[in-house]
Amino acid sequence: MSSLVVEARGVGKTFGTGDGQIEALRGIDLQIDQGDFISLIGPSGCGKSTLLRLIGDLVGPTTGTLVVNGKTPGQARLDRDYGIVFQSATLLDWRSVQKNVELPLEIMDFPSEERSTRATEMLDLVQLAAFADHFPWQLSGGMQQRVAIARALAFRPSLLLMDEPFGALDEMTREAMQQEVLRLWGETGTSVVFVTHSIPEAVFLSTRVVVMSPRPGRISDEIIVDLPRRRDQDTREQSKYFDLVIEVREALRKGEAGGAAT
Amino acid sequence: MTERDDLIRETAETDLFASFEGDLPASGRRSSPVRLLRRYLPAVIAFLAVILIWEGLTRLLGVESFVLSKPSEILTSFTETFGTIWGAGLRTLYEATAGFVIGTTLAIATSLAAARWVGFREGMLPIAIALNATPIAALAPIFNSWFGLTNPFSKMAVVAVVVYFPVMINTTRGLLEVDPAELELMRSIAATPAEVTRRIRIPRALPYFFSSIKVASVLSLIAAIISEYFGGPQDVLGQYIVNRAQLFQFPDAWAAILVASILGVTFYLLILVAERRLMPWHVAFRSSD
Amino acid sequence: MGGANRRLARSGLSILAVVVAFVLLWEGYKLVWTAMGWENPVSPDDRTMPHTWDIFLTLFRPAQRNGPPFILVELRAALMTLREAFVGFVIGGAVGFGLGVLFVRSTMAERAFMPYVVASQTVPIIAIAPMVVVWGGRIDLPQWLSVSLIAAYLTFFPVAINTLRGLRSPQPTAMELMRSYASTTNETLWKLQVPAAMPYIFTALKVSAAASVIGAIVGELPAGLRGGLGRDLLQFSQQFTAAPEKLFAAVLIAGLAGIAFVGLVTAIEHRWVQANRRLIG
Repeated sequence: MSSLVVEARGVGKTFGTGDGQIEALRGIDLQIDQGDFISLIGPSGCGKSTLLRLIGDLVGPTTGTLVVNGKTPGQARLDRDYGIVFQSATLLDWRSVQKNVELPLEIMDFPSEERSTRATEMLDLVQLAAFADHFPWQLSGGMQQRVAIARALAFRPSLLLMDEPFGALDEMTREAMQQEVLRLWGETGTSVVFVTHSIPEAVFLSTRVVVMSPRPGRISDEIIVDLPRRRDQDTREQSKYFDLVIEVREALRKGEAGGAAT
Repeated sequence: MTERDDLIRETAETDLFASFEGDLPASGRRSSPVRLLRRYLPAVIAFLAVILIWEGLTRLLGVESFVLSKPSEILTSFTETFGTIWGAGLRTLYEATAGFVIGTTLAIATSLAAARWVGFREGMLPIAIALNATPIAALAPIFNSWFGLTNPFSKMAVVAVVVYFPVMINTTRGLLEVDPAELELMRSIAATPAEVTRRIRIPRALPYFFSSIKVASVLSLIAAIISEYFGGPQDVLGQYIVNRAQLFQFPDAWAAILVASILGVTFYLLILVAERRLMPWHVAFRSSD
Repeated sequence: MGGANRRLARSGLSILAVVVAFVLLWEGYKLVWTAMGWENPVSPDDRTMPHTWDIFLTLFRPAQRNGPPFILVELRAALMTLREAFVGFVIGGAVGFGLGVLFVRSTMAERAFMPYVVASQTVPIIAIAPMVVVWGGRIDLPQWLSVSLIAAYLTFFPVAINTLRGLRSPQPTAMELMRSYASTTNETLWKLQVPAAMPYIFTALKVSAAASVIGAIVGELPAGLRGGLGRDLLQFSQQFTAAPEKLFAAVLIAGLAGIAFVGLVTAIEHRWVQANRRLIG
C-alpha cells in the first residue's frame, strides 16, 4: 500500500441535461499523497468542482476509476473519510455554534461527552471558543466559515474537501482565513483538496496546484509549489512566490488557448 | 430531485399561508413600550373611531337593529347572553380543536410519507392541490349522515378535512425545500435518510408547518360553524347564530359572532406563542440586538 | 415541449391512479365491512355508502321523472353559483388590490386597519350572510348579487395580503433607481411595483378563486337562493336517506366547479407568464 490518498485514472463525467449531454470532465489522472495540499484551479466550467464532488462521492464518475484511501469513494464516504466545506457555510440556523460542530459527531454516534469535548477542542482550534453558545446568524461571514471548517474537521477525516470556501469573503478576511487553514493543516496533518479561482490563493496554500481547462474539463498542467511548508505574510512578498503566481497564470492561459484549439 | 418537484413547489405556492409570514402585526420583533405604542396605537384609534361612527350613524339615521345593530346593543346582548353564547362557543371550539388535531396529525403523517417517497408524492400532491380548491363544506351533510347528526365527530370530520389539505401541502413543501448544500453535507458524512429527515427536513419544514396551522386554526373554527349549519345539536355557535338571525335578533347574532371571533383569535395567538417557543431561531423572531 | 407533454401525461396518469385507488378503497370497504357485518365507523350499506358506479350513473339519470338528466340540472346550478362566485371574485379582487395599494402607500393606514383585515377572516361568513342579504334587500340588490358580496368577503383578504407583499417585493436599489429618475409615486407603482407584485397577486387569485366558490355555496344557504349548488346540496342532504347518491354526485360537481375556476385562473396566469417572457426574452 502506498501513501496515496486519492488516485484517479482516466476519470470522465458526462451530465445528461434537457438539451443533451454535457461532458464536464475527460481523462482525469490525478494522484494525491498523504498530507498534500492540492488546489484545483481553472476558469468556470472547467469541472474543478465536479472533480471535487467525484472525489467526495457526491456524484459518480461516468468513466474511469477513482480510489480513495484504497477504497471506492462510496466506501470512503461510508467510513467517514471526508470533511467538506462549501462556499456557503451551510450552518443550521436552529443549532448553536457548538451544536453545529457536534452535528457530524451525533450522526456518527459519538457518546455525548466526547462530542462536547471534541467540539470544544475544534472551536479552540479555530479560535471561536467564546462563541460556542452563539447562533450562526450572530456571526460574521468569516466566523461562520471557521465554524464550518471546525465541523468538517471534528471527526478527524483523512481528507478535507474545500469548494471555494472563501469565495464570498472580503480580501482581508480571506487572507486571514488562508493563514488559519494552513495552521490547521499543519496541526492536523489532513490532506486537503481545495477548489479556487484565485491564483494567489492557490499558490499560497498548496503543495501542488492542479491547473484545469474547460470544454471538456481536463487537467492541463500541474505545478509543484516548492515553498517551505510554514508560510506567513512574508511569504506573499517573496520573489519565489511571485514567480509561482506567474507560472500558474501562464499555465492557465496556455490551457485556455489549448482548449479553444480543440 | 425530479422535474416534478419543481412543478410541485410551484403549484404548492397556490396556498396563501407563506404569505402570512411577517405580515401579521403579532409576529413582529420584541420591542420597547414606546415602539409598541406607536405600532398599535393607530389600530386602537381606528377601532374606537369605527365603533363611534357606527354607533353615531345608526342612531342619527335611525337604522333598525335588524338592518345594522348598534355596537351598544351588541354589547348589551353580549353581557346578557354571555352564559349561553360562551357555552355554545366552547362546544364549537371543542369540535374545532379536535378536528384540527385529527386533520393536522394525518397531514403530518402524509407529508412525511410524501417527502420520503417520490411516487407517493407525485400521485398525492396534484390531487391534494385540486381537492384544496373544492368546497369541502359540502361534505358536512355527508358526514352528518355517516356519523350521525348529533355525533360531534360529524363536525370534527369536516374540520379535519378542511385543515388537512393546506397543512399537508405546506408541510410537504417545507420538507422538500431544503438547501442542496445541506443535503450534500449530510451525504458527505454518510447520514441515513432518516437522519436527514430528523435533523434537516423537519427543522426546515417547521416554519411552513406553523404558518399553515396558524391559518388552519382560524379555518377550523369557521369550518365547525359552517358544518353546524347543516343540522345537529342546537346548543352550538353555528345553530345559535342562524336561529337568532332567522328571528331577526341580529344583536344576539353579532354577540355570538364576537365570541366566535374571540375564540378564533385566541386559538391563533396560542399557536403563534408555540411557534416562537419552538423556533426562537427563525428570522422573524430574532431580536434586533 | 416534449418534456412538458410527458409531464402532463405522467401527471394525468398519477391522478388516474389515485382515483382508481380511491374507488377500490371505497368498494373494498363496502365489501369487507358487509362481509364481516361491521357497522363502524361508517355503515357499508347502499343507503350510507352508495356504489361508486351508482353515483357516477346518477349523473346521467333524469333528475326528476321525465326531466333532463341530473348532470345537466346540476351543471346549470353550478353555472349559476360560478357566476355569483365570479362577480364576488372580481369585487373582492378589486377591493383587495385597493387595500394593498393603500397599505403600501400609508404605513399609518396599514397599522390602523391591517389587524382588522386579519380579524375579519375569523368571522364565519355564514354568520354575516343573513345580514348581508337583508342589507341587499334594503337597497333592492338582486339576491344573487348579495351572495356575490358574501363571496367577495372571502376573496378580498388573500389579494390584499399578497398585493401588499408583492408591492413591497422590489429590491431597495430598484426603488432608488426609480427615485433617481424622479418618477412619480404613480409611475413607480405601475412601472415597477405592480409588475413585481404580479406573481404574488396570481398566487392570491388562485386561493381567492377557490374561496369565492365556497363563499357562493355557503352564501346561498341563508339567502334562501334557489337554483344554485348551495341550495341543491342542502336539499339533497335532506333527501339523503331516500337518494344518497344524489348528494354525492352534487358534491362531486361542486368540487369540479371549484377546480374549474382555479384552473381557469391558473391558465390565465400561464398566459401572462408566457407573454411576459416573450417581452423580456
